[in-house]
Amino acid sequence: MKKIYVNEEWCLGCHLCEYNCAFAATGDKFMSLALKDKEIRPKIHVEDDGKIMYAVSCRHCEDAICVKSCISGALSKEDGIVKIDKDKCIGCLTCVLVCPYGALVPNEGKAVTKCELCTDNKCGEPACVKGCPNNAICFEERG
Amino acid sequence: MSINYIYPEYEVVRNDARCIRCRVCERQCANEVHSYDEERNLLISDEAKCVNCKRCVTLCPTHALKIVKSDCRFKENANWTDDTIREIYKQAESGGVLLSSMGNPKPLPVYWDKILINASQVTNPSIDPLREPMETKVFLGKKPDKVKRDENGNIICKTSPQLELSIPIMFSAMSYGSISYNAHASLARAATELGIYYNTGEGGLHEDFYQYGPNTIVQVASGRFGVHKDYLEAGAAVEIKMGQGAKPGIGGHLPGAKIVGDVSRTRMIPEGSDAISPAPHHDIYSIEDLRQLVYSLKEATEYKKPVIVKVAAVHNIAAIASGIARSGADIIAIDGFRGGTGAAPTRIRDNVGIPIELALASVDQRLRDEGIRNNVSLVVGGSIRCASDVVKAIALGADACYIATGALLALGCHLCRSCQGGKCNWGIATQRPELTKRLNPDIGSQRLINLMTAWKHEIKELMGGMGINSIEALRGNRLMLRGVGLNGKELEILGISHAGE
Amino acid sequence: MKNYVVVGGGIASLGCIDGILENDREGRITLICGEDRLPYSRPLISYYLEEKTTLEKMQYRSEEFFKNNNIEVKLGVHAEKIEADTVVCDNGEKVAYDKLLVATGSSPFVPPISGLDSVEKKFTFMTEADALALEAAIDKDSRVLIVGAGLIGLKCAEGIADKVSEITVCDLADKVLSSILDKDCADLVKEKMEERGIKFMLSDSVEKFDGGRATMKSGGTVEFDVLVMAVGVRPNLTQLKETGAEINRGVLVNDKMETSLSNIYAAGDLTEGMDISSGTEKVMAILPNAYMQGFCAGKNMSGGDCVFDNQIPMNSIGFFGYHIMTAGSYDGELYEEKSGDSVKKLYVKDNRLVGLIFLGSVDKVGIYTSLIRNKTPLDTIDFEKIKKNPSLLAFSQNYRRKNLGGVL
Repeated sequence: MKKIYVNEEWCLGCHLCEYNCAFAATGDKFMSLALKDKEIRPKIHVEDDGKIMYAVSCRHCEDAICVKSCISGALSKEDGIVKIDKDKCIGCLTCVLVCPYGALVPNEGKAVTKCELCTDNKCGEPACVKGCPNNAICFEERG
Repeated sequence: MSINYIYPEYEVVRNDARCIRCRVCERQCANEVHSYDEERNLLISDEAKCVNCKRCVTLCPTHALKIVKSDCRFKENANWTDDTIREIYKQAESGGVLLSSMGNPKPLPVYWDKILINASQVTNPSIDPLREPMETKVFLGKKPDKVKRDENGNIICKTSPQLELSIPIMFSAMSYGSISYNAHASLARAATELGIYYNTGEGGLHEDFYQYGPNTIVQVASGRFGVHKDYLEAGAAVEIKMGQGAKPGIGGHLPGAKIVGDVSRTRMIPEGSDAISPAPHHDIYSIEDLRQLVYSLKEATEYKKPVIVKVAAVHNIAAIASGIARSGADIIAIDGFRGGTGAAPTRIRDNVGIPIELALASVDQRLRDEGIRNNVSLVVGGSIRCASDVVKAIALGADACYIATGALLALGCHLCRSCQGGKCNWGIATQRPELTKRLNPDIGSQRLINLMTAWKHEIKELMGGMGINSIEALRGNRLMLRGVGLNGKELEILGISHAGE
Repeated sequence: MKNYVVVGGGIASLGCIDGILENDREGRITLICGEDRLPYSRPLISYYLEEKTTLEKMQYRSEEFFKNNNIEVKLGVHAEKIEADTVVCDNGEKVAYDKLLVATGSSPFVPPISGLDSVEKKFTFMTEADALALEAAIDKDSRVLIVGAGLIGLKCAEGIADKVSEITVCDLADKVLSSILDKDCADLVKEKMEERGIKFMLSDSVEKFDGGRATMKSGGTVEFDVLVMAVGVRPNLTQLKETGAEINRGVLVNDKMETSLSNIYAAGDLTEGMDISSGTEKVMAILPNAYMQGFCAGKNMSGGDCVFDNQIPMNSIGFFGYHIMTAGSYDGELYEEKSGDSVKKLYVKDNRLVGLIFLGSVDKVGIYTSLIRNKTPLDTIDFEKIKKNPSLLAFSQNYRRKNLGGVL
């Protein structure tokens, strides 16, 4: 299946993926209106030590430990995508405790947020990939 | 000196209603124009550092930025222009030669824009390239004067070595060092995919790019950097660089700071040492000397590869070309005064050399007059900007064109003309790893391929309109051209009639 | 066609069913479920009281799931006896099995305190029925005494905090959450709860009850209307004991979740397994492990070859928005950071990360947890780099190419 993959050598650390992700979640028409003066909680994050940089989002693991660990049954796997039922999630963060990639994002007591490959918005294809200026993230079949 | 007379040339205009403080401008500007004040939650700009490369403008996700020329000008003066005054201030401060990059920006005549192309109407049919075959392929190299047959009457097909181009365009010389590894990778991959050639310039050939050898022209210049047996054998052709349009008569200087790592290894000179290419080849003071080098290179490559001699377009170019055509060279490349560079003294770039259009017309005519036009192919460069420039060049007598600035634009260059600073925000004219990675060759090569594919379509359209279905039939076909707003002398040199004639 | 019988209505059973279904969609699965509703999340009962979820949402799988996968569910039925190839139910039914999973979980332990019988409204806090009974018993004037300041007791306190007038929590230990926190972290959590009006009586226990009054060992007394006993839980081992399975504090299972009896597997709160962070056998009654054990058992029951050999104790829990994450064992060299309300403790022993405690800020803690679970030798990564901020920068480029880039 198509997943988001990272080409570390091409990541510029520009963080645009984070903003495109946050924008996609708003469903708004203009990024400036949607994100002006807002603290963003993107489902993809850039790790950067000045030399090495790359973006991390949910890997949609074959054997997803977050799904297995979810105490409320909010996380599940549908067609290979790890999905979250925001209605069921009670924000216990057990998924955050177990995810080896740090890919799930706590949300102030509310339901955890996570990358669902933009199937949860109207973007059509992952917004982070679409907006990456250097093909450092792609959406394709690999491995 | 405590006062800096140089006022910022540009203003960074930030639309605060749109700025979401994502700080991509700050992260992407190697000149450190933008910075974020956390306490005040504001992005601020140090405009004195801005080179107007538009990296921030392009990446800003909310289009909150624009860079405009500052309207804080000196008192109006048609003689002492702002640029002139600024240059004087610069030199009064530094005491140094002014350096510039890319091509001559001065408002000197662009003859391409004063030449118009013919089309068929009624008396001869035009050709629809979508319906009928059209040949854009060309071969570069010596052509036989007449058809020869053996004793059995069969045509003798053996010719001198030729370069086969799918379209009459090549990427001209830019050295690894002056441009980045990834820029080279993009050019090499695109040339291979397109069935054309790119040119190493005087920087040697990085070991990773030997695989693109069949589509590579390897250059031998006055510094002889990076030249060795494998290098010569790797390329499809060898180019002797005598001169460059942006800086005729002078050599090159890549500062030691850029001679690091792979650049140093590829050039075969120690890290940190300045790479100085002498103004002349010190073993070439005459056409006879040139002939020696041409044949040395032919010997070294077993007469399997054409040899190109590249010269800048200067006043007596026709005579020079005539000499080169007799030196044994297979191809002459002429670089016009608008050609780009990674760094050149400003005065040289802006005042030395002649327009390629005039040089081409006079060379082609001279070689014809002397009956040696078939000795060589002619390649011209120095600001070929679009498909119609290519068509006009061919009609004026060129076999093919060299493009470089156009190719760099496709790769993201915004012509900020600051290559000499080594901080190219687009990852092209830099060796800083955090900047070079900004040019992903997957994207770069595809953009080059797109550009050339688009030009190929346009060339076919233009040729079809003239009722011509191959580059061969267009070459030197000056009847297809007319001048507008040109004087009698210009028309005479170009060998074309005025529009209406 | 194999007969699978799964005893117990918790998450371990669902894990087992998922495991079986991955290998065998033909077999007959029977789920024997003691409670009279389909499996739901027991840890959510406090969130139910807090009105953060509903009884419907707490249910893990819909009725269709069981129907579509041909799973026969017996609700309100207990397994009374386990025989070599049959489970005898308390309704007299006998269910034959080829492979059996026992996932009967645990039950609240209520110590025999004198006068307990005299308390009118007393509850434990484990099941939906417990929560509903407690909900019915309290009102905004209720004074509630909770005996036990462990996970269950404190979660109960949080759940009813806005619905009662007074909550007192007592515990014999000198700190709250004594099984998962050290003293200074426990004190921080206690403070946070005290800010919300919850009173604590630590290092103290009830000596006797007298109706609505508890007399404490320390001599004090607590007046209350409602009592919640949350001292701890005990594994439900009766059936396995009688069948002769090897049992210590929990039933012994190997890393394939096999008990000492053939064709009988066990998973969840009743098992005792290896905590790889400390190298000791213990009962790790936490939900993620229950599911993973069950899943592993299910795979093996249906002909697979699966091991689950990296269990560690771990908890992610929050009180009034203040988050706590713990994992592994607190042994070895301590790296500590404190800022504001946030605490971070990492325990390194023998070149491995063996334990962690986080309070407050918990972003990306899973990166550390996986170091514990995978027993990653710290000298093979750049651990120093991620001591402050967890990230994948600690790992090799190859690791990232494989895991983020999908390059094999």
